[in-house]
Amino acid sequence: MKYLIQIYSNPESRAMWESFSPEQQAEGYAYYQGINDELASSGEFVASEALADISMAKRVTHSDGGTVASDGPFAETKELLAGFYLVDVEGEQRAVEIAARFPEAEFGLIEVRPVLDMAARGDV
Amino acid sequence: MSDAVRALRDAAPSALAVLVRRYGDFEACEDAMQEALIAASAQWPRDGVPDSPRAWLVSVAGRRYIDQVRSDVARRRREALAADLEPTPTPVPAVDDTLTLFLLCCHPALARPAQVALTLRAVGGLTTAEIARALLVPEATVAQRISRAKARIRASGEGFRMPRADELDARLAALRNVLYLIFTEGHTASSGESLARIDLSAEAIRLTRQLHDAAPDASGETTGLLALMLLTDARRAARADAAGALVPLDEQDRDRWDRAMIDEGVSLVTEVLDRAPIGPYQLQAAIAAVHDEAASTEATDWIEILGLYELLARLAPGPMVTLGRIVALAMVEGPEAGLAALDRAEDDGRGTGPMLAEHHRTWAVRAHLLERSGSTDAASLAFAEAARRTLNGPEQRYLASKAEALRSIR
Repeated sequence: MKYLIQIYSNPESRAMWESFSPEQQAEGYAYYQGINDELASSGEFVASEALADISMAKRVTHSDGGTVASDGPFAETKELLAGFYLVDVEGEQRAVEIAARFPEAEFGLIEVRPVLDMAARGDV
Repeated sequence: MSDAVRALRDAAPSALAVLVRRYGDFEACEDAMQEALIAASAQWPRDGVPDSPRAWLVSVAGRRYIDQVRSDVARRRREALAADLEPTPTPVPAVDDTLTLFLLCCHPALARPAQVALTLRAVGGLTTAEIARALLVPEATVAQRISRAKARIRASGEGFRMPRADELDARLAALRNVLYLIFTEGHTASSGESLARIDLSAEAIRLTRQLHDAAPDASGETTGLLALMLLTDARRAARADAAGALVPLDEQDRDRWDRAMIDEGVSLVTEVLDRAPIGPYQLQAAIAAVHDEAASTEATDWIEILGLYELLARLAPGPMVTLGRIVALAMVEGPEAGLAALDRAEDDGRGTGPMLAEHHRTWAVRAHLLERSGSTDAASLAFAEAARRTLNGPEQRYLASKAEALRSIR
């Protein structure tokens, strides 16, 4: 079963991260890397990425007139997607167990969502 | 599947078993066999299948294994050991170790995904890349599952031997479970789907057939499982339309069902019900057989199906069995009786109740029964709820389209 673990940030979690010293931030990155390594060695890792700052995001609109990529506005959004893990695990319980290990879980900023299986299986 | 690929996959487990018997090191032998399989999959289609595929694999994998041990030994500066490793031309033993290999891959210390990956590679003769494509995960993930699984088996201290007699039944049951899981992981081919995609349902049938041939089946459940797979897979071509949309059982073009598979499945299940104690896979196969032998939904012997579900509910109760029984009951006694039974099952305090209420299939069954009883609005809402809850894309489209069609009737 594949699950997407979405990691959000909010003003509170961002302020805390920014208050960290460079050493503390380095420890933070090492902590995530440790989770990556562990998931890779348990054979549960599919993909993970951290996302660039929201100011780099473009909203894309396509119409007959062509494609327009415009900046925001995203600033009023309080909770922003900061990164994700795609894992392939035995079941929801295990996905939740992994998700609980991210520091953002203390702020209630982690979402676990099952991935739709696109294969046509079984009879309906 | 080409002849070369078939020959290779068929020979793989017994070749690996020979190697493990000879050198005792399952972990390294399995790696060596994987290299031999990759070499064979390049050579055989080009140069033809060797006279004895198994001997070819044993010889090539044996060389890889010795090379590997030699280089390890060299690294540790213990050349002396290598001299002892010259292959003694042991004849290939007559005893079939395929079952031992099967059971080792489904070792209880391993999680299900690891058992699936290891079984497909060590017994199924698939490459890591093929398994990764079939499971839609990165190759490195599958490789890691396999090497970790082998490390766990080593740590458990279990050698390459048959489990003790008192463990055997439980191990065989776990193995059947893994094979069924591989089967249900399988895709119904839809138009435009990549041909390079490994067909896991076909692989599961092949492996179950191998198990069926390799081991006496006192419980009758391996035969039951093989019959169930054949009788289910027989309907595959009719299960999706040209656009890949699901076609429900009662609307399927039964001329497109695979008669040969049905005949084989029916004869297997008939034979086993006569000779063995009754078991859950046999009962599920018997239910599938009743469907497969009917000319239409109306012509289906629902009384027979209801009776089989009642037996199954006693032998192996579970939410899916409860739902199956309710569908059959509704076909025998009418949708109102089915809806009443569904309400009772959901209120049931025995623990399966709450689980049942949350499952998307419960909503789908309720929706179908409401539709048949003429409660169009309620049916539409129930189909929409079922669509929201399913984790399967094609099923979601089917359920949502039912909800939409009923909405437009109003």
